[in-house]
Amino acid sequence: MPKVSMTVNGQAVSADVEARTLLVDFIREQLRLTGTHVGCDTSQCGACVVHVDGRALKSCTTLAAQCEGASVTTIEGLAKGDDLHPMQEAFRENHGLQCGFCTPGMIMSAVDMVKRHGGKLDEQTIRHELEGNLCRCTGYHNIVKAIAAGSEAMTSSGRVAAE
Amino acid sequence: MSGSPETGTLDPQVNTTGELRSVRTSVRHDSAAKHVSGAALYVDDVGEPAGTLQIAIGASPAAKGPIVGLDLDAVRTAPGVVAVVTAADIPGHNEISPVGAGDDPLLADTKVLFHGQPVFIVAAETREAARRAALLATIRIGEAEPLLTVEAAEAADSLISPDFNIVRGDPGKALETAANRMSGNFPIGGQEHFYLEGQAALAIPQEDGDMFVLTSTQHPSEVQKVVAEVLGLPINAVVSEVRRMGGGFGGKESQACQWAGLAALAARVTGRPCKLRLDRDDDMVMTGKRHDMLARWQVGYDDDGMLEAADITFLAKCGFSTDLSNSVIDRTAFHTDNAYFVPHIAARTKRMRTNTVSNTAFRGFGGPQGMLAIEHVMDQVAHRLRIDPFDLRMRNLYGPDRDVTPYGMTVFDNIAPEVMEKTEALSGYRARRREIAEHNAENPFLRKGLAITPVKFGISFTATHLNQAGALVHVYTDGSVHLNHGGTEMGQGLFTKVAQVVADEFGIDLDKVKITATTTAKVPNTSPTAASSGTDLNAMAARIAAARIRERLTDFAAETYDSVAADIRFRDNQVFVGNRAVGFADLVRQAYMARISLSSTGFYRTPKIHWDREKGQGRPFFYFAYGASCSEVTIDTLTGELRVDRVDIVHDVGKSLNPAIDIGQIEGGFVQGMGWLTTEELVWDAGGRLRTHAPSTYKIPTSSDVPAEFNVHLHDGINREEAIYGSKAVGEPPLMLAISVHSAIFDAIAGLAPPVVAIPLDAPATPEAILRAVTAVREARP
Ligand code: FES
Ligand code: FES
Repeated sequence: MPKVSMTVNGQAVSADVEARTLLVDFIREQLRLTGTHVGCDTSQCGACVVHVDGRALKSCTTLAAQCEGASVTTIEGLAKGDDLHPMQEAFRENHGLQCGFCTPGMIMSAVDMVKRHGGKLDEQTIRHELEGNLCRCTGYHNIVKAIAAGSEAMTSSGRVAAE
Repeated sequence: MSGSPETGTLDPQVNTTGELRSVRTSVRHDSAAKHVSGAALYVDDVGEPAGTLQIAIGASPAAKGPIVGLDLDAVRTAPGVVAVVTAADIPGHNEISPVGAGDDPLLADTKVLFHGQPVFIVAAETREAARRAALLATIRIGEAEPLLTVEAAEAADSLISPDFNIVRGDPGKALETAANRMSGNFPIGGQEHFYLEGQAALAIPQEDGDMFVLTSTQHPSEVQKVVAEVLGLPINAVVSEVRRMGGGFGGKESQACQWAGLAALAARVTGRPCKLRLDRDDDMVMTGKRHDMLARWQVGYDDDGMLEAADITFLAKCGFSTDLSNSVIDRTAFHTDNAYFVPHIAARTKRMRTNTVSNTAFRGFGGPQGMLAIEHVMDQVAHRLRIDPFDLRMRNLYGPDRDVTPYGMTVFDNIAPEVMEKTEALSGYRARRREIAEHNAENPFLRKGLAITPVKFGISFTATHLNQAGALVHVYTDGSVHLNHGGTEMGQGLFTKVAQVVADEFGIDLDKVKITATTTAKVPNTSPTAASSGTDLNAMAARIAAARIRERLTDFAAETYDSVAADIRFRDNQVFVGNRAVGFADLVRQAYMARISLSSTGFYRTPKIHWDREKGQGRPFFYFAYGASCSEVTIDTLTGELRVDRVDIVHDVGKSLNPAIDIGQIEGGFVQGMGWLTTEELVWDAGGRLRTHAPSTYKIPTSSDVPAEFNVHLHDGINREEAIYGSKAVGEPPLMLAISVHSAIFDAIAGLAPPVVAIPLDAPATPEAILRAVTAVREARP
């Protein structure tokens, strides 16, 4: 079995995996980081979004082996100790969740979205960009609100450029 | 007021401290911090015990026929496989019907009845090994003609149970004598739940052959019972537990049992913990959905559009087994009046048995189909008479002297007219109606439509015995509180609301109350968290439990501090005895030393309700929840494409326990209903295979489908019945607010047709359906 090495949430990890092991299984089963969820297994729902080298990626259709040498961030790696990331805080504050199953993927996509747009996000852009993340509970209204608020908080705390 | 037999000395409306600190505030969801940091655990996230096996399902390749060959040798010898389990391995009963119908096998035995029906399971060291192995089976099914549509089932007289009708007056005669008559057929599509977390269960064998099951279910007691029956155990040998679900919507009520039962069976056979998580495709193929129906309607009305008679027959596609269909379709009949008084009315229901997956509970529980049908009739009549559909609806609402439902219940709390008028005003309906007429006059291709529709939804389980709940509350010697009840959390915020109520009962901060997983070992014989009744039932039971402990503490404080109960108040984490303040935790410690019990159960049953199904008469509902919504849409008459431009909602939650959670339910329910009526289409092929079994082909709403202008107002009111602190249930009713989207699409198309041409708009109104309707009315032009 090939060995893969990568950095996950700032920590170097390496493990033997089968060539066909998916990144999401590697993260959930080998590393026991279960905040990354599987909602569809087929790249549709966005529950499994993580950051690979700073870019949002659906981990259910990415091979672990493709991430050799990469830096991976999961929802567990977003907070700094007990301090939630501004986007996490925004989802919590704005009731941007119900069952919570979509939430980690939503937040990972949202952080990526803010960074790609340099912190300038209007509601239409948010709604458009969020099409790859499904939520069955909230009707999206509070999620969109949360992302707008999180975007502002990221911008004002200087985190857009920093990450 | 001194309360009722159901609530003892408690006043359901008033707190003994005289004020509410947690209740009525928009407290965040109790797990919000865990959800945003990925720390909230679902079944598949909990650490597996060493040696846990993974299960995959071997499913029927045909929709109907005898199993003439089952060759599993290649499955057994596949790498990683530990056991292959068939119906023959079931030690107890191969039967999991939630209503004892005897038609719901855990595993198909001699015959299969729908495509995708589980026939065997594989337990293997890894999920992938199990899934690969399952594909190696040879399952041969003998030839048989499946019944795939309600029409085919009707022709074959294939029913799950006898017809059930709710009839008032003489609709046949009234139709004959009415000034005007119309009739039509209205197909109504089903709906996949698409809870983001698929079905999942982990079964762990215990000593004595007992079984522990961690499950994602709205009905842990049913899972417990099914596992016991499948394993041939008494119920007390099984514990089923659920901390949270990643969505339920009715799909994890009865239909979580099969997966828990299969995990438990595999655990029994192998002696090892076993986990089963359905992947999305299997979940969509193997679990039941909202019932699709065909509504055949006839209506008689006068020249002002007052309905004199309506006679609607619903052919419901139940699927291969009974499941919960009887109760679901009863509710279709209960809600065929929606908010309208129709003097002569018949809601007739036929429960068709088909060779498709067994349809089940889904938010609204049959009510949405009944309501949608009568709203469609309203639209047709308004179009025929050239009356503004809003005016026609207002005229037909329940009101003074026309306030009794077809099943004999007085609509004692009717606020539908108020709620409709408020929606009219807040949405600016009249002005927008004019603007839209102007827009449509100038735009031949992009046409707009506007509609306001009401909702009146009955709250209570119509199976009266289910309207009961239990809770268990402990206070520990540091003053911290442990809360448990029979309700389950699926994102709806039930746990938060119940904790708010308990915190206020003790006058302590919310964070002193620990919310714990629902388990059959703490509160037994629970009802499903369903029928929107979770808070009504469980918050009351938990309040009763907490109040018992508070009363004991009160008596103890009165004795210790030489006071009387009437002078003792619990608030701000303190207990005030006259002028003296004692910390809540201090008093608890003193009470413990004095050997006062600091634990209590609580039990609640809904008062006043009764229902005689034979006679079709009674008061099945404790009260009604109301709402109305206004939707504006644009359709493209060349492509059928649809955009929802704006939504305004006024919804009645009584006096809200938690406004933010309630508004979240309203928004989410509306969007889910909008999906049902616009983009979510289930397609089966001629062989009975579901072709829309993944989000690639089955489209639930995304963020860009939801209008940016989406205004939700809580109706300012109080529940006239004695529900917890004057609140009302909110889980299901908002789904039906989305009917205004369908009506608005109807409105947009209606403008293309002269009054004599009926508008053949099906549900869901997909672009194809819209285009079909547009084409049909264009071709029908005289
Ligand atoms: S699980 Fe990866 S997109 Fe759904
Ligand atoms: S909160 Fe349940 S899926 Fe989004």
